[in-house]
Amino acid sequence: MILMTLIANAPNRSPKGSPNGSPKSSPKSSLKAWRQNNRRQQTITAIAIGSIFLLGIIVSPWFLGESGLTTVLTDRNQPPSWAHLFGTDWLGRDMLRRSLHGLSLSLRVGLLAASISAVIGTGLGLAAGTFGGWVDAVIIWIVDVFFSLPHLVLLILIAFAVGGGTQGVIIAVALTHWTSLARVIRAEVLQLSNADYVQLSRHLGKPSLWIARHHMVPHIVPQLLVGLILLFPHAILHEAALSFVGIGLSPHLPAIGIILAESMRHLSTGYWWLGVMPGVLLLISVKAFDWLGENVRSLLDPKTSQE
Amino acid sequence: MLKGSRLWFRYGNRQPWVVEDRTVAVAPGEVLGLMAPSGYGKTTLGKLLAGYLAPTRGSVTVDERSLPKKRYNPVQLVFQNPELSVNPRWRIRQILAEGCPPDPACLEALGIHSGWLNRYPHELSGGELQRIAIARILNPSTQYLIADEMTAMLDANTQALIWQGVLAFVAQQQIGLIVISHDDPLLQRLCDRILLLADDAVSKVDGPAKVFAKTA
Repeated sequence: MILMTLIANAPNRSPKGSPNGSPKSSPKSSLKAWRQNNRRQQTITAIAIGSIFLLGIIVSPWFLGESGLTTVLTDRNQPPSWAHLFGTDWLGRDMLRRSLHGLSLSLRVGLLAASISAVIGTGLGLAAGTFGGWVDAVIIWIVDVFFSLPHLVLLILIAFAVGGGTQGVIIAVALTHWTSLARVIRAEVLQLSNADYVQLSRHLGKPSLWIARHHMVPHIVPQLLVGLILLFPHAILHEAALSFVGIGLSPHLPAIGIILAESMRHLSTGYWWLGVMPGVLLLISVKAFDWLGENVRSLLDPKTSQE
Repeated sequence: MLKGSRLWFRYGNRQPWVVEDRTVAVAPGEVLGLMAPSGYGKTTLGKLLAGYLAPTRGSVTVDERSLPKKRYNPVQLVFQNPELSVNPRWRIRQILAEGCPPDPACLEALGIHSGWLNRYPHELSGGELQRIAIARILNPSTQYLIADEMTAMLDANTQALIWQGVLAFVAQQQIGLIVISHDDPLLQRLCDRILLLADDAVSKVDGPAKVFAKTA
């Protein structure tokens, strides 16, 4: 790609550039230019598809309404068909609609918890990296404590301590997911403040705030954004796990963890679609977040954004 | 006059001394060479003189005054690795303008093409980036320049081009230049005076014949 740019800029660089240096005169290099453009478009398309898919799931309950969630005993335990893509459960409810309702709720809970977690992680990471000394030592100690405890045990403990329910899930997930982001941000700040170009900037007479704004922020914001997006799948999976073991969302709510927990009772009787279909939907959503994160990362990094 | 008098430095209280009782002075318009084998504290001395490190004992002064902390530092250091001294997320145009808007004649002299300005640092080679790093600090506010192995990893052509540009600027603006290197022929070629940092004593070695003619 560097070669590409060289070729594209050849007329600028020297008037005596090679005769087929100009993109117009060479079909080969214009093909390359198209590919380069296409790669960037692919990344943007991937981000758009991922976002639309996830947003679609989140807003779907408002479009679907309550239809299909009512009990229709004549349609009990139907395997997947065109009328019911995900089949129906033991009360004749449409599993596709239930799954979408459940996933939407789980995504919203996960998003909220991940956002709170990202705010905590960024704040503590910035504090540790900027102030150093005992502030850094204390924050790193807390991070180590969180890392040393089994994740799920800590989640269950916190969720139980604050009384369970939706609020319990949000608090538990928010309090346990900030550690890795805090470490990444702290490392970034430490590396930046020792970087030659930041030191040089000080010697060019730039004030600390100017350096923070122009040298630090462009490095930290992409880390934060990608860190936040990659936190979502963790938060959603742990929310589902907490609901699955029964101390998360209330059993009346159609959360994805509860749907999966219910399906366990029916798996052995051969109603596989009750567990598999919502599980696949959850898997695809989590993968979509992951995909979104990777593509946003490559778009924000100048090393890959122009490839 | 940039003067580092009786400088002592070590990286920690229990570490051995890296710089021991060195006194270095360079006058405006003078080109001073600092030569020593690896591990004799050349780079550390350069960082002390430019204010990147604070000496354990001794002082660094410009015209009898200590280096400013909040303003543009009249003593500027050019690093050995240009890849580390530019922000990878900035475009070349922004990097060049950080200190002071660049002078087109100066860019011309260093062979910096206008086509590079919209690129990111990873799209330039090491030699091209080093020219950017030098052009960034060649401006009227710089009174003393410390070149720490500035051209050590560049080919002969690029070296010659860079030094021609820098020496022209030094002569025009009457800048004091300290060249840190272990390349003896290069120093012989560039410097009015060469300081040899070897063993414990700082021995002064006279420059080549052309320098005799100049200083006599």
